[in-house]
Formats: sequence, C-alpha cells, structure tokens
Amino acid sequence: MADPMRIRANMTGDKVEVKVLMAHEMETGLRKDAKGNLVPPHFIRNVTVTHGGKTVLSAQWGTSISKNPFMHFRFKGGKPGEKVTISWIDNKGDKRTDEATIAGGS
Amino acid sequence: MNFDIIAPAALCAAMLSACATPISDAEAERAAVGMLKASFKPQGQAGVDRLNQDEVQALCSRYPNGLPKDLAEKLEKTQLATIRYPASGKLMGDWREGERIAQSGVGKQFNDDPKGPSGGNCYACHRLSPRELSFGTIGPSLYQFGKQRGTGDAVQRYAYGKIYNSEAFSACSNMPRFGHNGILTEEQIAHLVALLLDPDSPVNK
Amino acid sequence: MRIDRLPAMMLAALLPCFVAAQQDTQKEIERYRQLLQDGNPSELFEARGAEHWKAKRGPKNTSLEQCDLGLGAGVVKGAYVRLPRYFADSDKVEDLESRLVTCMVALQGLTPEEAKRRPYSGPGQPSMMADLVAWIASESRGMKIAPPQSHPKERLAYQTGEKIFFYRAGTHDFACATCHGEDNKRIRLQDLPNLTNAGDAQRAFGSWPAYRVSQGEVRSMQWRLYDCFRQQRFPEMQFTSDASVALTMFLAKRAEGGTFDAPAIKR
Repeated sequence: MADPMRIRANMTGDKVEVKVLMAHEMETGLRKDAKGNLVPPHFIRNVTVTHGGKTVLSAQWGTSISKNPFMHFRFKGGKPGEKVTISWIDNKGDKRTDEATIAGGS
Repeated sequence: MNFDIIAPAALCAAMLSACATPISDAEAERAAVGMLKASFKPQGQAGVDRLNQDEVQALCSRYPNGLPKDLAEKLEKTQLATIRYPASGKLMGDWREGERIAQSGVGKQFNDDPKGPSGGNCYACHRLSPRELSFGTIGPSLYQFGKQRGTGDAVQRYAYGKIYNSEAFSACSNMPRFGHNGILTEEQIAHLVALLLDPDSPVNK
Repeated sequence: MRIDRLPAMMLAALLPCFVAAQQDTQKEIERYRQLLQDGNPSELFEARGAEHWKAKRGPKNTSLEQCDLGLGAGVVKGAYVRLPRYFADSDKVEDLESRLVTCMVALQGLTPEEAKRRPYSGPGQPSMMADLVAWIASESRGMKIAPPQSHPKERLAYQTGEKIFFYRAGTHDFACATCHGEDNKRIRLQDLPNLTNAGDAQRAFGSWPAYRVSQGEVRSMQWRLYDCFRQQRFPEMQFTSDASVALTMFLAKRAEGGTFDAPAIKR
C-alpha cells in the first residue's frame, strides 16, 4: 500500500491554504531499468479534494507530473477545526485517502 | 581496522600527554593510505590498484598548497621526458572530432563501458567554443587560444604536450595527464589540438 | 531536471518566471529553490524513517529505540550535528550510518551484511537506511554543527580525513581538493563549494542529506562521498568504511559552527 500523504491545511485570511506531498513513483513508461527494459507506466490519474461533503478540487494528472508530487492550492469556505479529505487513484487502480484538520492562522 | 591506524591512537590513549599534540604528518599519511586501501573494493574497470599513487600524485598530495620551487622544477622535468609525440608527426587532427571529445565526460568511471572511447570532458573546466555556454571555470578560458598563438610547430607541440602530460608544464596542475595515463589516444589528442588551434575551429572565431 | 517533469506547483509558478525574464537570474534561482523547499518530498522519507526507528525487527525482534547515537540511548534530537564521534562500545569513530549498523547488529541481531544490504534507495526500492538517515538528520535542523574532537581517535579521524581529502590518485589524478579546494569554481554550470573555506563548508555540509529532484530520492552524506569517488575514477567506496567516516569527520569539522539545514532539496 502507498505511504500516507503529508498534508498541511492552514487558514490564510478567509481562505484555506493546502499543501500536499504524495509518495508516488510517477513512472512515465519511457524510463528503462538497469537491464534496458522499459519500466511500465505507473502514475496518479485523478486527485480529488473534498470539504464538508463538497468537492473543492478535482484534477486529472498524467505522466508529466514529477515523482513524489507536491500540490499547493487555496479554497474558500473552510474554517479551523474542519476536515479536508484528499484522495488519489492511479492507472493501476491503487488508491490512497488521507485527511487533515484545518489549523488556524493569519 | 588497519594496524597503522590503531597504533598511534592506542599510543595516544596510553600516554595522555601525547594527546595534546596530534600525530605527525607522516603518520597521518600512512594511516590515510592504509585506511583507503581497506575502504574501497574493485568495481567494473576500476581496481583497487588505482589507489596506488605514482610519484606525481604522492608529491602533490603531500603539498596541497603547492610544491617548493626545486621540487616543482624537478617534477616538471621528469614529466616532460614522458611525452611521446605521434610517430607520424601529425599533431593536428579534425576540430569537429575535437569538439565531440571536449564535450564528452564518459570514460574510466567504474560504471563506464571499458571498451568505449573516453572523452576529454574539457568543457567541465574550460571555456572553449563561445557557442557552448555550459562551461566550467576550474581551468582558464581557452577561447581564441589559437587566434592569439597561431599554428606554428612550437605551438602545436606545446598544445599536444600539455594535453598529453600537463604536469610537465605546471607541477601539480588539476588537469589530468590524458596521454600519459592512457585516457585519450594520440589521435584524440591531435583532434583536441585542432579544436584549440585550427583557424576554422569555433574556438578561434 | 527535465522540463516535462516539473512538480505540479511549478506549472503555475513558471508563468510569472517567463514574464519576469529580465529579472536577475540568480534571484530567480533563489526563488525557485524556496518554492521547492516549501514542498520538500524528503518529508515523505522522514515519516517512513520515524516508523522504522520504532519498528521491531531482526532475530531479536527489537526496535532501534534504545540505540545510542552519542547523546544517550534513544536520544535523536541533536544527534546528527554531533556526529561523527567516538563510541566506546565499538571502540570506533562512527558517523550516523555506521552507528545505525552497529545498533542494528547489537540490538536487533542482524549481521553487518544484512544491516548494510541496501544503503541507498532506487526507483521503486526504498532504503530503510536512507529513510532513517533522513529522519534522524531532520531532528537536528536549525542546530549548530559541532562534531566532537576530545577523544584521540576523533582527532585521528580528522587528521586522516584531511589527508584523504587531498589524496590524488587514479587515472585522472583527482583528489577531493581538485574540485573543492578553491573559491568560486564550477564544473559546467554547477557551482562547487570550496570545502576548505568555512562558509562554503558550512553551507555544503549543512545541506546533506538532500532530496535530489533529478533522482527523486533522498541522498545521504555517505552517498555523496560514494558518487564523488566514482567521478574521481576511484574504485567503489564501501558503505560506512573507515575512510568515508574519517572524510566525513574532516568535512564536519570544517563546517563547525554552521547551522544545519537538512534534509535540503537540490536539483
């Protein structure tokens, strides 16, 4: 199973600023291993972020995203103490869901 | 752990007064050599014999801030005597080949193919063709090297000799001895001489 | 780093970069580094390392929690900046990696070969050792680099490390000092720290281990030395060998007083 994401969610003004690190190989399918064989593609296909039952971010990714991706975004309507839930699913069907509590801030 | 290393330390522990002063430079050198030989293993084309120093390597390691003048002159003289010029007498090849050799950094690393030719990796340390912006600064800029010196026999011999064995002209230079140590062939060195001297080479534009 | 493998956030960050092309390049590179620092994937490795520290393992089914990294059994905070150091139980000077091997053997009952089985990570092959190093190093962030020099063997390690730093050998006559002995030099466009100069040594030593974006892995000081020696055309440096520890002691001592700021993120 994939390693947990590292999520930071903080209030900045009236918005929630979210920073996420995901552990994933993000293989392009173009790389060769030491023996010269192509390594099959393995990458995150969809990322979904929900807050209070509503989707606040939905992304479709491909092989142009780096290994161990970092995602940074802001959304309106969140308050300290509430949860943000992040899920990803990759092209092999592997998935991972983690959540974080929104911290106070400036 | 190597005996050479344990001995001074054990001695030091036994006689507390000795701890105030570090071990001698010669002892540290012996300890380092013993330690190095126990710390590496052969891999690919690189055997542990590569850790054995020749006279130049040993002397230059011992004087990291530069050799005393008399030693430097002696070393340059012995190294000058090692330079072998091609039997054909042809010191200038094709600058286009030279440019390829100057760009290539492969060769002699334990993960490199021992069968393939080595590069000179000149751009790692020198500015040459002004078209190549990614150049290093460990060595001087060689831009317009030939334009300033011409293509006379003496200049050709100097350029060839310098690439063959840089220590003959500047003791403890950072530059590898490409011919002396068998990194580049005679023909490859001649291509590099052309890159430096040929009026058509981008180096002289 | 290839342009088609930019981290997601860089897609957004690139637009202003192009618009501000006239701005000072160095400033832009600095800004790029800061953007990277904000999302350093080393955190993912550190999180795994913290778990490995607590996990029971080996024939003795024991964790590493009682491992003495020099500040007492189980003390991790500040341990990295006071390494390498002399340890009475092994009667050797050890850096973090060699100390972890000693602990894995003594506490967990592994053989030294098992403990050193995968010192560096690769694609799809995480390294427990690399993860532990990333986490333990992160527990010294912000502290002053202060390797001890009170034991004779610590001083001996420094002296031999200095000799190794200036040791020229191999097909290319290279020593560490060939590339790292003068100010303001570079290979191609890569700036080279002068490790005999305190400021450069502090910044360099204080930034390893580091997440290498081009490799997608956290690399340790042991790895840094291993790969430098490869490019020096030396044979293969053995993991946690005495020469590697002595050289690390020399570098740590040159960097003394600097602020440790690793795991960093590099190209």
